[in-house]
Amino acid sequence: MKRLGLDATSVCMLVGLLGLTMLSLSLGPADISPQRLLEGAMAGDMIPSRILLDLRVPRTVLCLAVGAGLGLSGAAMQGLLRNPLAEPGLLGVSSGAALGAVLALYSGFADRFALALPLAGFTGTAIAVTFVFVLAGRHTSSTALILAGVAVTSLCGALISLVLNWSNNPMAVNEIVFWMLGSLADRSRSDMQLAIPFIALGAALLLSSRRGLAALSIGEEAAHSMGINLAGLRTRMLLGCALCVGAAVSVSGSIGFIGLVAPHLMRASVKGDPARLLPRAALCGALLLTMADLCVRALHGRGPELKLGVLTALVGAPFFLTLILRTRKVQL
Amino acid sequence: MTELACRKISVCLDGHRLLSDVSLQLKPGELLGIVGANGAGKSTLMRALVGLHKLQSGRVDLGGQALPSWGANARARVLAYLPQGHMVHWPQPCRDLVALGRLPYGDAQRPSGMAAIDHALQATETQDFAHAIVQTLSGGERARVLLARVLAGEPDVLLADEPLAALDPAQQLRMMGLLRSRAQSGRAIAVVLHDLTLAARYCSRVLVLHKGRVLADGVPAQVLNNSQLAHAFGVEALHMTHEGETCILPWRLAASLPI
Repeated sequence: MKRLGLDATSVCMLVGLLGLTMLSLSLGPADISPQRLLEGAMAGDMIPSRILLDLRVPRTVLCLAVGAGLGLSGAAMQGLLRNPLAEPGLLGVSSGAALGAVLALYSGFADRFALALPLAGFTGTAIAVTFVFVLAGRHTSSTALILAGVAVTSLCGALISLVLNWSNNPMAVNEIVFWMLGSLADRSRSDMQLAIPFIALGAALLLSSRRGLAALSIGEEAAHSMGINLAGLRTRMLLGCALCVGAAVSVSGSIGFIGLVAPHLMRASVKGDPARLLPRAALCGALLLTMADLCVRALHGRGPELKLGVLTALVGAPFFLTLILRTRKVQL
Repeated sequence: MTELACRKISVCLDGHRLLSDVSLQLKPGELLGIVGANGAGKSTLMRALVGLHKLQSGRVDLGGQALPSWGANARARVLAYLPQGHMVHWPQPCRDLVALGRLPYGDAQRPSGMAAIDHALQATETQDFAHAIVQTLSGGERARVLLARVLAGEPDVLLADEPLAALDPAQQLRMMGLLRSRAQSGRAIAVVLHDLTLAARYCSRVLVLHKGRVLADGVPAQVLNNSQLAHAFGVEALHMTHEGETCILPWRLAASLPI
């Protein structure tokens, strides 16, 4: 275990994640036992194969990838900005993706082909990130980066409101609002194939920044003197977050709190080390989102559909408050 | 061992000239004290020497080679910098912070790195709270932990900006003794100080900065005289000798401030 860099907490989380993945693959509205489903899919029967490969695998894999991407990006943003309140959406990435998707829904572009919606989300992310880069400048401080992110987030928020304001089609407004609440229901293999490479690339960029994050824990000047190229680090991390969060939001809509809560839950287990926190927060994010999605599926059919983003916010906000109160007691 | 030098460097920020034509040479074996009034440019000089400021003119050489031509990691192995203040952003154990000193070598988990970390903890007398969370320590203890961080990298050249600011008198004497012994073993060390007695007793050379320019540079006895102190700080000082060593005590504001 030690040779693989795994401790007891990581192993427990991996085992838990494996269990939840199995549960997620075996649960669904189709009345078919997991054993029959697996046997049928392996034998090449059409119905079990389609249920497993076209419905349950994409949903489960997207849960894991989106959760891990959000957890990882949250930990990366908190480490880069050295601010425990930082979250992946702070730099305007999520709101850019949301604006792109909302415009696609409003204009009807989303109905043209299957991947139109996520592609519009990606375009929105790319434009938002370019704006943040231009506004903040490559060599400026983290404060400039936060301010640029806040400005872009506000602008995107205002434009989304404008689209809703102008929309005279109640169905379109309904669709936009529901999309923004966040969900992984009915996602296809194409969604999975589109999002996973970007999330993986973003994760690789973020995980390669661990050394820089460790040095940043004692400030930018000290990090520079330890051989860290700060401008390069910021660029790499912003791109990594944009890829992870842009891809996540494009396929799932806005899912809050995972990126904020996952790093906080894990910080004590890595003794505050922002570098070791990255993989741990990714694991925690995947666990939390898979659990939340299982709850949404368990509640399905009992009243109006509960959206994934609503559940994460409903559970996440009070949980986060409790966490703050607990840390306030132990902090000096 | 490596030498650090700067030639006629000038630094401007937001239209304000913070350093003007500053030149200095820091040779192996030297402990250089940098003194000057608030705003004289001491911290700016430190940052410029480590490459944190864009120079308006002049150049900084490390080991005879222009500083910007060094690779970031190669430079970090040779030249360490301890910034002013002791901000630590996350609640981390002290040993983990000291281990950051081995970052340029990437060997904090290997025997060579662990030995250097242990040695730095012992040298700064911080081994007793090596596993304590740094936020639970006093300002002085935290300052020693951060000094241990730069010592753990075993750099040839060390720049420390006010490392004694939060230390009690005993620890000030210990840390200056430690820096002097490191310098005597062949390292080149520059330290920003406000205590003129410590500068006179421990430093092999003192550089006095005044309004971004070098006012004086030489052995402490020559540089820290009443005329220079009146010019640099606007104070009259008592000069005494005790056990053969100089003691300088700022006594009153100088009657007429120099122009």
